[in-house]
Amino acid sequence: MTRVNLVLLAIVVLCALSLVTSRHQARKRFVELERAQAQQRAYDTEYGQLTLEQSTWGMPARVERIAREQLGMQIPGPSRVEVVPAGAAK
Amino acid sequence: MREKAAAEPRLPGGRAMLLFAVIALMFTVLAGRALYLQGFDNAFLQERGAARYSRELEVPAHRGRILDRFGDPLAVSTPVKSLWVFPSQFQPTAPELAALARILDTTPQALAKRVAAADDFVYLAKQVAPEVSARAMALKIRGLNDENGYRRYYPGGEVTSHLVGFTGDGDAGQEGMELAQQAWLAGTPGSRRVIVNRRGEVVEDVASIRAPQEGHDLALSIDSRLQYLAFRELKAAIEKNKAKAGGIVILDARSGEILALANLPTYNPNGREKLARERMRNRALTDVFEPGSTMKPFTIAAGLEAGTITPHTVINTNGGVWQLGSNTIHDDHKEGLLTVEQVIQKSSNIGAAKIALGLPPATMWNALSDDGFGSPPGTGFPGEVSGRLRPAKTWRPIEQATMAYGHGLSVNLVQLARAYTIFAGDGDLKPVTLFKTDGPVAGKPVLKPQTAAAMRRMLEMVTQPGGTAPLAQVPGYRVGGKTGTAHKLENHVYVNKYVASFVGLAPLSNPRLIVAVMIDEPEGSSYYGGSVSAPVFSTVMGSALRMLGVPTDAPVNNVVLPPEAATVAEET
Repeated sequence: MTRVNLVLLAIVVLCALSLVTSRHQARKRFVELERAQAQQRAYDTEYGQLTLEQSTWGMPARVERIAREQLGMQIPGPSRVEVVPAGAAK
Repeated sequence: MREKAAAEPRLPGGRAMLLFAVIALMFTVLAGRALYLQGFDNAFLQERGAARYSRELEVPAHRGRILDRFGDPLAVSTPVKSLWVFPSQFQPTAPELAALARILDTTPQALAKRVAAADDFVYLAKQVAPEVSARAMALKIRGLNDENGYRRYYPGGEVTSHLVGFTGDGDAGQEGMELAQQAWLAGTPGSRRVIVNRRGEVVEDVASIRAPQEGHDLALSIDSRLQYLAFRELKAAIEKNKAKAGGIVILDARSGEILALANLPTYNPNGREKLARERMRNRALTDVFEPGSTMKPFTIAAGLEAGTITPHTVINTNGGVWQLGSNTIHDDHKEGLLTVEQVIQKSSNIGAAKIALGLPPATMWNALSDDGFGSPPGTGFPGEVSGRLRPAKTWRPIEQATMAYGHGLSVNLVQLARAYTIFAGDGDLKPVTLFKTDGPVAGKPVLKPQTAAAMRRMLEMVTQPGGTAPLAQVPGYRVGGKTGTAHKLENHVYVNKYVASFVGLAPLSNPRLIVAVMIDEPEGSSYYGGSVSAPVFSTVMGSALRMLGVPTDAPVNNVVLPPEAATVAEET
């Protein structure tokens, strides 16, 4: 009888300790998850800002101004355009 | 006395009873209190207890982006921070204030003045980038707080502002698609319950109370490149012709998608502090105008469908003056006998009026109504108008005659552009949309395919020498279209102010695009649709077709300008 009780006590202690460890593990994992989620939000934010920046730099108005003013480019007139009919390349 | 006390150490029976009763009563009170706390007041106490370790956190949700047809952003929300203080709690040292001012890109004096001016609560910086706020908060100045928020940015600025619109307080759409699609774009923040430790760090997630609903992205049919092109050319034309306002629409002739839609005057949605309501109107959809001669093709098409005329029927235009009852109809170009084709080519009011009067009013009304006039174009844009087409029963002959050349009825620019889809294919009227759609869209049959083909031939003649719009020609492509120069109606009287318009399609061998240009009150050297709006059409159509890689259907040297227009030809 006593032996059975001792075995049961040992099992209870073991269970209690494993509960403690698993709680601790869960908390640690949770902190990691929180950190990862914060990171994800930060990346999302950065992505949004980068798309915004990309489209701001890539605005046709800006591209055209730079092409005209800094690179001295211009749209060719009809006399300087040669049309190659589709299929001629084959 | 002493012996008596020693001999009888017991308390008198009455006192013992009293004491017992008092103690028993106190226990009863305790038990009652315990019962009350456990049983009746327990909800309140549990709540107070939970308040010590449990928090409800808001889970933010983004507002969806608005994109063009290729996924380039037209409206994006990004998180921003605002820095605020209570002046009474904010006493920074001089170096702290100097460091803060450096980060916020201002002067310590300006900051101090701002704080001193407020008595309760004041923002030191509104809607700054998160990293700026992080650097400011890293100074750990007592009393400095930050607050989360979102700010909506519009990379397209004034070029797309009329379509996209903008949001106001609380991220609610106020204009344009931001307003029309509020329910689709808006996100609903969620919330979750967590357990925090003594330092306020989250240690455990208990439950999600409400999952956040992220806003959905919205893909418009707009092509950013064409939008910019249309905007730029419209702006140039308005400056050149000293016009009051203008609008331009590029429509995909096969799917009815609006590829570009620009209006002037416009505004910048990113900084709209001093903004006149006037500039915010999307004129192409919310304003109507009398279209003038751009209506004539619909009259002619109605006549062809009814079988009362053929493209070669000869009509007498009476040398430019025709008396109808007590009214007189004039032509700008004095001609005699014209074929139906030439009526379109020379834009003869008398010819169009005579063709219209050959039709019963109900037939003409049905034809115009089938073309989409008098009913809203159906884009779902807020404030979209339907234009006016009065019931046929009320028409007097002179009204039927003037409607034939676009007076006495009103349209908006999108509606007019849409109506031209019946000439682009086999005579179907396509539904217009501002949303991206895939592939060709079935329309509502309005014309017989051979009528549509005949109309395309007539519209092409308009742009050829002898027509009203040689300046609409595009190198390398066959184009067709119709000019319109309409007197404006002010207080029911026609005044000497004009609306110059041009609507056309190309390439004519297999139309892909419809471009409609409307310029309001040009006050330059000319006010004719053929000289004010047609050149805009030509540049926009030519560049748009090249950008879309549409194969040419004419040699590049196809542009033939009559002598009087030869000087303007240098521009292209």
